[in-house]
Amino acid sequence: MKFGVVVFPGSNCDFDTFYVLNSVLQQKTVFLWHKEHNLQNVDCVILPGGFSYGDYLRSGAIAKFSPLMQEIKIFASYGGLILGICNGFQILLELGLLPGAMLMNKNLKFLCQFVFIRLENNQTPFTNKGKVGQVLRIPIAHYDGNYFAPEQKIQELKKNNQIIFRYSEASGKITPEANVNGSLENIAGLANKEGNILGIMPHPERASEAILGSEDGRIIFESIINYLNEKKKI
Amino acid sequence: MKGLSRIKARIIVSFKETVLDPQGQTVKNALHTLGYSFVKDVRQGKVFELELEGISRKEAEKIIPEISDKVLSNPIIEKFTWQILE
Repeated sequence: MKFGVVVFPGSNCDFDTFYVLNSVLQQKTVFLWHKEHNLQNVDCVILPGGFSYGDYLRSGAIAKFSPLMQEIKIFASYGGLILGICNGFQILLELGLLPGAMLMNKNLKFLCQFVFIRLENNQTPFTNKGKVGQVLRIPIAHYDGNYFAPEQKIQELKKNNQIIFRYSEASGKITPEANVNGSLENIAGLANKEGNILGIMPHPERASEAILGSEDGRIIFESIINYLNEKKKI
Repeated sequence: MKGLSRIKARIIVSFKETVLDPQGQTVKNALHTLGYSFVKDVRQGKVFELELEGISRKEAEKIIPEISDKVLSNPIIEKFTWQILE
């Protein structure tokens, strides 16, 4: 089993993500430079957080043209696992691998804080170690996390169970107050219809060790490991 | 290139009407605070000015909307208008 962490100019969570996978969870992990044309036979691609190309035009708007993204599109079409965290989520939206777009946070502020998110669907490669209704405490750090999609698309996401995480109270209650950035339907994490691609605004790699205040983020990485181990047995 | 002069184009990218514009709303509130209560709505957008060289005007008319759609705007939330200035 091998993980690949994509590195763009401006990525800043690449080493954190690498560290959690490689050192904390003891998984073989490689960096994938965005100019490469080769995914090095990884089983799961992670697009980490940061500010790819400075995000000057729009978050993720330039990163989508990187050569490696063409490989990632092919990888995705064959069911390869892709996890986009924060800027990685924004890039997946710009690429069209996930539906919708991100607007600026409703209060126009960069939000850097712990939030609670409720797990809505545990039938995915990214959440199979969790329970539906389980509340995770994971930090966010973003300016553009206000999820938007046309009404018809939102209905489709609901119908297909593609909304994987929603901003909630500590109790798990979904309220407007818990919706820190103004996302439609409190969306914090979203999968494609096939379920092999997940985008998530909170940073699980920053919540994978008790010393950092939360280990809740490990569920996502451990689910991927579990999924890939099970797949290998078949 | 001979016969091809420099072309200047302006592209305006703004949010679609169906998308909430938090920056525009904040500017509107500020204007109200300053006494301009007759301002009913504000939409904030982006302006790009491009200088093109080595292509004909006809080619530019094809390329400018292409760049605007593919790169400068996100069609899910934004719309754009463009014009050739000179």
